[in-house]
Order: sequence, then C-alpha cells, then structure tokens
Amino acid sequence: MIHKFKWGNNNFVVDSNSGAVHMVDDISYDILDYLNGTFFDYTENYIVKKLENKYTEKDVREAYQEIFELYKNEKLFSKDTYENLATEEKLSSPIKAVCLNVAHDCNLRCSYCFASEGKFGCGKRELMPLETAKKAVDFIIEKSGNIKNLEMDFFGGEPLMNWDVVTETVKYARSLEKKHNKNFRFTLTTNGILLNDEKINFINKEIYDVVLSMDGRKNINDKFRITKTKTGSYDLIVPKFQKLINSRGDKSYYVRGTYTNQNPDFSNDVMHMYDLGFKSLSMEPVLCDDKFPYALTEKDLDKILKEHETLCKKLIKLKNEGKKINFFNFNVDINNGPCVVKRLKGCGCGNDYVAITPNGDIYSCHQLVGEEKFKIGNLNEHTFDNKIKKKFLHTTIYHKEKCKNCWVKFYCSGGCAAKNYQHCGDIMKPFDLNCKIQKKKIECAIALWALT
Amino acid sequence: MKHIKTINTADLKKSAEYGGCGECQASCQTASKVNTVSNQKCEHKK
Repeated sequence: MIHKFKWGNNNFVVDSNSGAVHMVDDISYDILDYLNGTFFDYTENYIVKKLENKYTEKDVREAYQEIFELYKNEKLFSKDTYENLATEEKLSSPIKAVCLNVAHDCNLRCSYCFASEGKFGCGKRELMPLETAKKAVDFIIEKSGNIKNLEMDFFGGEPLMNWDVVTETVKYARSLEKKHNKNFRFTLTTNGILLNDEKINFINKEIYDVVLSMDGRKNINDKFRITKTKTGSYDLIVPKFQKLINSRGDKSYYVRGTYTNQNPDFSNDVMHMYDLGFKSLSMEPVLCDDKFPYALTEKDLDKILKEHETLCKKLIKLKNEGKKINFFNFNVDINNGPCVVKRLKGCGCGNDYVAITPNGDIYSCHQLVGEEKFKIGNLNEHTFDNKIKKKFLHTTIYHKEKCKNCWVKFYCSGGCAAKNYQHCGDIMKPFDLNCKIQKKKIECAIALWALT
Repeated sequence: MKHIKTINTADLKKSAEYGGCGECQASCQTASKVNTVSNQKCEHKK
C-alpha cells in the first residue's frame, strides 16, 4: 500500500508497510497512478502507451524500472506481514504508565474542558490523599513486571492544587527505584496559575516532561481559559511559563494549546507562543460534542487542513533560517520511530496505561474516567479485573475494520480510543474527522522532515 | 537512481524482529494527551 502527495514542487510517496519514504519526479508520480502492486509482463508497455503524449518512452521506461527495483526490494508496494504479531501473547503488556489524577478540581473554568473543569465524570471536586498516591506507586511497581522504565503523569484537574501529594509521591517512588530496579519518569500537566519559585525548582529537577497549557494569543486564550471570576488567565501564566522554561535547561517541555472553531487561523497562535520564547509547542483540536458552539465539525475541515499546511510552511521557513522550534504534532521520527509491534498495538490504554482517580478507581484511560464500563478496579478495594484489561488487547489496527487498509495506520496506530468512543460510541470505530486531520499531520511531518 | 530518491532508512520489517519490549514511553504520556504513536522514540536496548 502506498500513499502519494504533492507539497509545492515536491512529490512524496510513502510505502506504508515498510515505512520507506521517497521523493519522486513527475514521471514516476504519474506512473504510480497506473500501478497497484501487481506487475505483469505487459504492464510497462501499457504505461508507456498511456503516457506517450506527456513523456518520452525512454524516460517512462527508466522511471518504471526504478519503481520495479524498489518493489523487488520491498520499499514500494511492500506487503503487510505483521498481522501474525497481533497475538494475545505478543500484545499483552505489563502496566508501565499511570495517569494519576491527583486533583479532581481546578482553579480555572475553561469552557471546553473535557474533564468538566476538573470534576471529570464523577460530579464532585476532590483531591487525592497521599495514601492513595502511594498505593498507585506500589501498584505500578507490582504490575510492571520486568519493565524498568515506568511513567507517572500528575494530572487533573489542576495537579498543583495538590502540591504536597505531588512532591511526596515523587519522593516515595524515588525511594523504591533501586530496590525494584525501576526508573520513574514523572510528567505533569499544569495551567500554571499556582506556579511559584519553589514549584518551578521542583518541577525542573524532578519532572521529566512538563506540559504547560495555554492557547496562544491573549484574546484567544482568554476566551476560554478563564478564572472562577471570569477573568482571562493569559497575563497570569505567561511570565510564570517564561520563568519555568528559562530555568529548565535542556529538559523537555511543551506549551500545549487547544484550537476550536473560534481560531481556525491557529498557526498564528503557535507563532505567537514562539515569539513569547516558547520553542517547544503543541496544538490540538478541541474534543467535545458537536452541539457546543466552539466544536470543530466536518464543515471546518477544509480550513483546518489548510491551516496545518500554513503552519508547516512557517515551521519550514523558521528551521531553514536556523531557528530552533519543535512542534510536537509534526514531530515524527521518519527514520526510526517505534517498532512495528507498538505501532499496531495503538495507544495502550487499558493495556499498558491506566488512569487512577482520587478515590482509587482505576480506569483504562484518563479520558474515560467516569465511564463505568471502562473501570478496571479500585486501589483501596484491591480489585483489578483482568478481563477488562484483556478486552483492550483486541483494539489493534487489525481489529479495526476501517484501519486495515489505510495508509496512515502505522503512524496513527488506530487513533485515540477515547475520542472514538466519545464521537462514535465505540472505541473500535475511528472518528472520521480526526482521521482526516491525522493524515494531514503526517503529510506535514514528512514535508517538514524532508525540506529542512 | 535518476527519478526516485529514498529519503529515509525506516525498516518496519526489521523492527518486528526485536519489537515489543515495552521500555519506550507510553503513548499518552507525552505532550499529546488527546495520539500519534509514530512521534515517539524507540528505547529498545539493541
């Protein structure tokens, strides 16, 4: 299976099953319209005839032979031979990552928040007790088997509202690393309101990757990201984010925005944040029901796809000027990247990744918190239903009818299970709008990689 | 090759030989809390 696309004067061809990416001339690009991976004795002459009014016979035969050579080397029209890897034995993974919802509460009232301004689907505001957080550390050590690298994400709500639990949990986990031969990597997502020098120092010392939430230009950010008294958060958070980043050295961070139908020109928001000194950025579409006035729907799609291209062109220009900028969503490792086993498994929710709520409930994903059918157990009640975990083994790209024959399947890995559930009512049915955006992102990622 | 230039060295088939060790970062633990598996790094100790 191949996918081809044009980017300015450049022609790209992706061979989905090998991962090979080619830049081709116009002749080869046109020849590929007549090929589907089956080569007959008469194919070459047939194509020469078809293109005789456009190219010379010599050029067509030359280009055809190059295509045929790549086919023989399994770099074009290569076969998908990985379905035999989608066995329960190969797919079943120890739990190695926990999203720790230390706060089901928030000091902002962002109207688009998927977590209902911190309450999630649980309907009440609460903070996680330290005892539960420590049980979560014990849980992941016990469930992770021989895997050394473990991840724990402090999430909410706003995790800085439960700061003592964050710091004590880190200390507790660090005290157990050597004994159990584990390496904890902590991540944290914050709106920045409660950041101060003490917290910045701790985060920059202990947190492997920090995600700082803001949406870009002041008028855009302050439209949605508002305090309890309905004032914008931009002026409060920007200096704090700048302080954190300026003292973070080479450690990873992302300033992460959400775009809605209110800012279809979101490349300007990304550039605004870049101008504020934030060099590592991410921008994601809002996740909500179509009934909300800011929802992104099919009618916004053309604008969104064009805006991704606009953003990519801006990034190509900056990088070719020698500027440093890292945009997460176009940041695909075209040469290496994860192994094919990980790519076919998907996001790992319910399998190697779970979310834990303040009362100790264990869910298959932070976005499915409050959905009873995705609850796996409870830390305080010492319950864990392996049958539910096992269900999530059968969510690979080979289990999703729509993904099997899609060129982007080894890049997106079947997309986000929670998003599928929220939009299509079924974790196995990829959300079409998201698929289309995802394909554009991958094209942009390839262009950015190739042209800088 | 005159008409085609292969611009990367990816080899998914080879990765099937050693893949699945699980030492890499879980997909949702990166900047994207809402998923592109391919933007992650392999941390397999080859």
